[in-house]
Amino acid sequence: MNNSLGTALVGLGAFLSLLGAAFAQDAAFSTHAWVIFIVLAIATVVMLRNTKFSAAGNAPVDTSGYMDGVIRYGTVITLFWGIVGFLVGVVIASQLAWPELNIEPWFNFGRMRPLHTSAVIFAFGGNALLATSFYVVQRTTRARLFGGGLAWFVFWGYQLFIVMAATGYLLGITEGREYAEPEWYVDLWLTVVWVAYLIVFMGTIFKRKEPHIYVANWFYLAFIVTIAMLHIVNNLSMPVSLLGAKSYSAFSGVQDALTQWWYGHNAVGFFLTAGFLGMMYYFVPKQAGRPVYSYRLSIIHFWALIFLYIWAGPHHLHYTALPDWAQTLGMVFSIMLWMPSWGGMINGLMTLSGAWDKLRTDPILRMLVISVAFYGMSTFEGPMMSIKAVNSLSHYTDWTIGHVHSGALGWVGMISFGAIYYLTPKLWNRQRLYSLRLVNWHFWLATLGIVVYAAVMWVSGIMQGLMWREYDAQGYLVYSFAESIAAMHPYYVLRMFGGLLYLAGALVMAFNIYKTIRGDVRSEVPMGAEAEALAPAE
Amino acid sequence: MELDYHNMRAFADSWGLVFMFAVFAVVVLWTLRPGGKKSSDDAARIPFKED
Repeated sequence: MNNSLGTALVGLGAFLSLLGAAFAQDAAFSTHAWVIFIVLAIATVVMLRNTKFSAAGNAPVDTSGYMDGVIRYGTVITLFWGIVGFLVGVVIASQLAWPELNIEPWFNFGRMRPLHTSAVIFAFGGNALLATSFYVVQRTTRARLFGGGLAWFVFWGYQLFIVMAATGYLLGITEGREYAEPEWYVDLWLTVVWVAYLIVFMGTIFKRKEPHIYVANWFYLAFIVTIAMLHIVNNLSMPVSLLGAKSYSAFSGVQDALTQWWYGHNAVGFFLTAGFLGMMYYFVPKQAGRPVYSYRLSIIHFWALIFLYIWAGPHHLHYTALPDWAQTLGMVFSIMLWMPSWGGMINGLMTLSGAWDKLRTDPILRMLVISVAFYGMSTFEGPMMSIKAVNSLSHYTDWTIGHVHSGALGWVGMISFGAIYYLTPKLWNRQRLYSLRLVNWHFWLATLGIVVYAAVMWVSGIMQGLMWREYDAQGYLVYSFAESIAAMHPYYVLRMFGGLLYLAGALVMAFNIYKTIRGDVRSEVPMGAEAEALAPAE
Repeated sequence: MELDYHNMRAFADSWGLVFMFAVFAVVVLWTLRPGGKKSSDDAARIPFKED
């Protein structure tokens, strides 16, 4: 995109937000418009300072190679949002353990919780997907990103969406739809950005120099297209006023609930699964140095996942007003998902066959492998929990929270870390990472954190479920709700500790990546070298 | 036939289901066709063509 046109549009956006702040119908919208105005005004000033009016400033940029600048920004911002999201997670875990930490009104649990979920899913996960999809599509089609500066618009537009969503939550602006909390005007902005993303990605595929479209791109494309569909349908709503923060859903009652969980579960299926499977099918083979175990299995994995996932949503509404047949349908399709999930996991793991020894010396590969292992574990646990009899015990308890985190921290987090460790030396032309030993530290801190977190939540969740359903001989409930909460306190403290370990791992990573980008190389004993040093002399 | 809820549902769990299943079966059979091994092995090596 022409830079001066971009600057003008950002300036116009700043002006429109100022108008929005002046004529707002409610206080929340006014404050939010001020926030957006300040962000856009700063962006305008920065862009104006970078605008060159001399002829030299209009020299054409080199467009022969791959477009990696936006990916470099993407990897750094992924790490930044990741640390923010993990930190907020530790804070809200502490708030549950020690309720005095709820600071009214901006920083209470109700507002911080969507901040945490959106920061880790959309800011951390979303930026990881943006950056890696731009990298993978260029390398596997051998074509430069389509659309010139449009990729930069996608990048900055997406960051603006994150800032609008996050500040909105803290101001109390929410649609109250899980993982789709942003209000109507933020949703509209994301739609614009997402369409631009689709154009960049599709355009690159159209101008590919490689005849076959590599399977990783199938997964990325399925993620982009399906998220567009889910986002638009679930957010169909009528604003109360053009300059007001509040809107009402186009659906009502049980239809609304089903639309929400059709969205919610497919956000898991297509954002947190399909997109990251795209990563798996590129970065695991690259890091292992061998092609994927079975390419044909990866194609069947793709189609089975696409055909099944979209129907699994109703398992979030077991024993509700949703018709029984729909609940059973959701359960059956969730159980069928075992097959593609495990097919994909086996495909990822077997890619290492003949190269398992690399796990001893390559902590990045170790990270990618444990992420695939967590994919297998959480996609085993999920269908099991969707069985109605199991769900009657697990639903609304911490077991669900533990399940989500084994998938999110284990699968999504670890594969993103692995991808960033792989990308950083390549993107900044460094010989290798600053330190592989630190990657190993990160690996163990994160893995221990997940194990603590998931184990504690199993105990807490099953205890909670059993306490809620405990009747005495007369048919009275044995425990009050408050008693179940009091019983959970030690587990909440331990959960916070697990999150802290995971956050510590991410901080180690940030240091390592920072040093790598600076060009430093730590002199250290290579991984696995001690074992050789201890070997007896020949 | 009117396009109301019941008709659409009846279509979805009869012809719609058959259609989806048939498409899926064709895709899987095509992937596993006897001559497909070589082209899929070539495709698996795409990430190694550059850097």
